[in-house]
Amino acid sequence: VRNRFATTFYEAGTRDERLCVIVADISPAGSIQKFREEFPTRFVNTGVAEQIMIGMCAGVALRGLRPFAYTIATFTLFRPYEMVRDDLCYQNLPVTIVGIGGGVTYSTLGGTHHAQEDVALATALPNMAVIAPCDPAETEAATLWCAAQERGPVYLRLGKAGEPDFTSHLCTPWEFGKLRYLRSGDDVCILAYGTIMKLAAALADRFEALGDSVSLVSVHTLKPLDHDAIAEVLNRHRRVVVVEEMAPYGGLGPRVKEIAWDIRADCRLDTFGLQDEFIHNYGSQDQLHAAHGLDIRSLSKILDIG
Amino acid sequence: MLIESTRSTSGLRLNSFNVPASRRRCLAYRRRILEISQQVTAVHVAPAFSCLEMTDVVYHGLMRSSPHPDRSPFFLDSFVMSKGHGCLSQYVILEDMGILDRRDVERYCTPEGRLGAHPDYGNPGIEASTGSLGHGLGIATGMAYADKVKRDRRVVYVILSDGELQEGSTWEALMMAANLDLSNLVALLDLNDFQGLGRTSETHPHFYPVLDKVRAFGWEAAEVCGHDAGAVFQAVSLRTGERPFFLVCKTVKGKGVSYMEHVPIWHYRSPNKEEYAWALAELREVAS
Repeated sequence: VRNRFATTFYEAGTRDERLCVIVADISPAGSIQKFREEFPTRFVNTGVAEQIMIGMCAGVALRGLRPFAYTIATFTLFRPYEMVRDDLCYQNLPVTIVGIGGGVTYSTLGGTHHAQEDVALATALPNMAVIAPCDPAETEAATLWCAAQERGPVYLRLGKAGEPDFTSHLCTPWEFGKLRYLRSGDDVCILAYGTIMKLAAALADRFEALGDSVSLVSVHTLKPLDHDAIAEVLNRHRRVVVVEEMAPYGGLGPRVKEIAWDIRADCRLDTFGLQDEFIHNYGSQDQLHAAHGLDIRSLSKILDIG
Repeated sequence: MLIESTRSTSGLRLNSFNVPASRRRCLAYRRRILEISQQVTAVHVAPAFSCLEMTDVVYHGLMRSSPHPDRSPFFLDSFVMSKGHGCLSQYVILEDMGILDRRDVERYCTPEGRLGAHPDYGNPGIEASTGSLGHGLGIATGMAYADKVKRDRRVVYVILSDGELQEGSTWEALMMAANLDLSNLVALLDLNDFQGLGRTSETHPHFYPVLDKVRAFGWEAAEVCGHDAGAVFQAVSLRTGERPFFLVCKTVKGKGVSYMEHVPIWHYRSPNKEEYAWALAELREVAS
């Protein structure tokens, strides 16, 4: 998705000269390098200095430009958090902060590079929108939306590389703030977002193998959350499962539980995410997920479909 | 005394500054700030007094008015009060210029009003929300960069407090503004040597010298008395305009009212009736 973001941003940038990117010493992947060469004044590298990256984004946005802050998720959101809050959200400026490697994408770099609580921190901020596309096609649609939008700040949570395609065949377009059905069924619904869609799809396959009719949904917009559509999911299905690559507090799971309580849903609801612990394991992203119980075997067991 | 800047910087038009008029205005502004302090219990009187002449020079001497001075953005140039707690100085000047309404200022910090103890972007004449220290110079750096890219000949002025010069984010901005050759960025430092827990020169002696540090970061820099409006105006006007410019303005916290000067409690406190009368009397003496 990182490369798809870069290509999409480059192409949007050739059409809209307000678009610019401010990075903090991250090597510009794919077409961002091309953007840098063709539009040198619209590419700024602040060096290893994330607070000024966000501050400058605010300043150029106040002058009518449309900046994207771009670096690893921990450094676009955590390190300059108060700048994100005061400069971007309090002033409600249309700035997109791109978090590369949301969740535990950087699976061998250790806890300093894991953004496992990013969705909670970003959604807590007034005015902030939070988007986590599940594959390259959704990344493209979300990037184009971010480039054109005027509503305010956005946290765009991206993976890194190698995410499979889930959505390019769909007839329904990506729409900001709306759930998106990747499969539509009647018995079980699996809600997920971002790169962990791979596990959610495997889980859907498992339910289908048992004869269930399964919905698989990309909740790509975490904020504003599509409350009504989630209520409908809870009313329409016998079982609902949330799978997310996020710490247990402040993610999608707790939000779906809130909605379920409010509407007195009577489906079975299971939510899965990372644990409230730092991860000291190394390996692939899947292996890190497994260390926190996010693998098909562990989920199947708890869901009684093993 | 009428100070003419002897040459224009970066092609800006020549400007002039009437020092006695500034002195009269600043007296009136100090009285107005004290008047406001009688309506609410906690205000930043002393921080506003220390940067008052600097703010007066920015608005009345440096900022060029726009062809439509009656509507936002009001000026061709920009101003960010990075030292958000000094904003009473900005409010009374904006009121005097007719940008803020008298009622706005009278409803300061009340549920009916829209002006609080820190500037809020969206209010007339307020170009950035500040209050948390260490944000304003970064935002101003972004503004100045965008102006430069767009070939918009605006100058962005920023007033910083010495306390916020301790924030790492301020140094990130200082470094980046110089790296980007932002000759259209002018920072004025309100160096009153006071912060929450005492005199900076005593608690953080290696904070000094400021001038050398800023120069080492690639800025053109100078130092003046921050209450000498003519000197402030002249120093900014005579900058080479080749690099971002940093003016260290040595000031007195609480300047103008003897019992407030250098006394930390006046960072927050409002004078009681007796103290108010005393302060007014002192300001009247200076005027005469």
